[in-house]
Amino acid sequence: MSIITKLAIAAGLATALSTAAFAQDLTGKVIGFSQIGSESGWRAAETSVTKQEAEARGVDLKFADAQQKQENQIKALRGFIAQGVDAILIAPVVATGWEDVLKEAQEAEIPVVLLDRGVDAPEDLYLTSVASDQVLEGRVAGEWLVNQVAGKDCNVVELQGTVGSSPAINRKQGFEEGIASAANIKITQSQTGDFTRSKGKEVMEAFLKSSNGGADICAVYAHNDDMAVGAIQAIKDAGLKPGTDILVVSIDAVPDIFTAIAAGEANATVELTPNMAGPAFDALAAYLADGTEPEKFIITESKLYTSADDPAGEYERRKGLGY
Amino acid sequence: MIRRSLLKLANPQLLALVGVLLINWLLFPNFFRVTWQDGRFFGSLIDVLNRGAPVAILAVGMVGVIATKGVDLSVGAVMAVAGAVAATMVVAGYPAPIAVVAALVVGLLCGLWNGILVAVLDIQPIIATLVLMVAGRGIAQLITEGFIVTFNDPLLIYIGTGSFLGFPMAAVIALVLTIIVTLVVRRTAIGLFIEAVGVNRAAASLAGIRSRMLLLLVYSLSGLCAAIAGIIVAGDIRGADANNAGLWLELDAILAVVIGGTSLLGGRFSVPLAVVGALIIQAMNTGILVSGFPPEFNLIVKAGLIFIVLVIQSPLASRLAPPRLKPAAKVAAK
Repeated sequence: MSIITKLAIAAGLATALSTAAFAQDLTGKVIGFSQIGSESGWRAAETSVTKQEAEARGVDLKFADAQQKQENQIKALRGFIAQGVDAILIAPVVATGWEDVLKEAQEAEIPVVLLDRGVDAPEDLYLTSVASDQVLEGRVAGEWLVNQVAGKDCNVVELQGTVGSSPAINRKQGFEEGIASAANIKITQSQTGDFTRSKGKEVMEAFLKSSNGGADICAVYAHNDDMAVGAIQAIKDAGLKPGTDILVVSIDAVPDIFTAIAAGEANATVELTPNMAGPAFDALAAYLADGTEPEKFIITESKLYTSADDPAGEYERRKGLGY
Repeated sequence: MIRRSLLKLANPQLLALVGVLLINWLLFPNFFRVTWQDGRFFGSLIDVLNRGAPVAILAVGMVGVIATKGVDLSVGAVMAVAGAVAATMVVAGYPAPIAVVAALVVGLLCGLWNGILVAVLDIQPIIATLVLMVAGRGIAQLITEGFIVTFNDPLLIYIGTGSFLGFPMAAVIALVLTIIVTLVVRRTAIGLFIEAVGVNRAAASLAGIRSRMLLLLVYSLSGLCAAIAGIIVAGDIRGADANNAGLWLELDAILAVVIGGTSLLGGRFSVPLAVVGALIIQAMNTGILVSGFPPEFNLIVKAGLIFIVLVIQSPLASRLAPPRLKPAAKVAAK
């Protein structure tokens, strides 16, 4: 069966079904998804969640893995345009160099939705972008700590991400905003743990030594869960109880942090949701049905998880997603 | 006699190590405070030994390679492979000792592969080992399927975080390995053969040294050392992180060897001084962490200190140094 007959059948199905189902439905629509690759667990989880969301909506998802190369993504986009898909999702690997191919998509009247990352291109070249607010993530973590210590003095040590990376800069800024109102909370030490477990552990060991064996530390804030997992081990090695003697709050909500939360060794994590596709599909459904223009920047929820949010269940729910 | 051994101690590497430790002490007065806690020593100085151990172990393997005028860029990737093998095997239910032995064998084979490329195919070492540096991390990712494979096996965790007589297991392993390798190369003729091959391989072969065999040996040792370091690093975080385990550590190992006074042009080498070099690097890293500098300064501070250490060791500096520190003075003291 040629692609054209496939498409014709798909289009026929779509018209048949859209009259029957309610207006905002993507059933039978063909949507191309150009993913960066699978450089991190989160990225792999984003891919599997996107596929799940597409299946739940009856979308025929054309998936293209670019293996971290922009030229592969541009090729994939041109391929989608040639196939005449109904819409395109793309997680751009870099910010620049997208104008030409986005114009081609626009001329073919195919709406493009950016996932997770932005591009340096005129805003009218894409329908919308779905991304998390990294500053908000830090702020949610900071506000949780303010509520948790409830006015008591609290010295925080911070494990930063890779120096100069945008999540590190934004999550640091957000946390500082979150605790700005509380004069009782101070960041006493801040160092980079490069987003890795081993560096997080090594840096936490040094912090514990230079803070009176950890007695002067009330909480640790890590820019990602992996560093928090490393820090938890360092705290245990120092003879203290993570989660009790030293509060642990971090960002990302990967499965392993839920194991730690369930064991009482971590206190809270802020989710960087891998479900960027859900909001994207919703926006596309409305747009394709009656041309409703979505907001230009859709911000995903930065949900806080603590021991009250069934950490063991969250672990089970996430472990198969490819983190 | 006593005077001679004191002079022997006063080499630039040990002076540099003492200097870095003193700077750390000035920045952080409790730096030398070591306490006894939960059956082990606890303190910044112990952290230097513990965290410096993986690079020290890599340096023990690397020094032999560099002494033959080679270099092994693949050790960081081999660490990731060995950690991945050990972790996936214990997770799959194999007993830990078998997983450890398997990881060591894989490391040895990786080293042997490098050795064959260099000694048999005569490929330049920097290119030959670059192959495995790039491919190794990919292999590790294939083994772990892209996940961080976490485990709770007591033996692996003991290797990474346990203690022996109060000292971190990693440091004890590094010490034992250093002593064994030093004895083997200095109490037998192997050290001399390595130096001969490094100075002039053709001449060494003509003199009857089986240089091909010797190269296979030093690269295999380097791979084995990398595997040991990889198991330690995986045990430390109770997981094999294929993307980050050993990342850039090959450069730290080369730097440690060079700080230890071994020339990249081959020939003269010292195993214990390469280990001291690794400790200098780690003393700097730990010092930066406890000093409270903003992280933006980490690399600049490290580069500046390394520059000073290398200047102190430069031929010009040794000409300007007081005569009793010169190597020639040792000869005179005899």
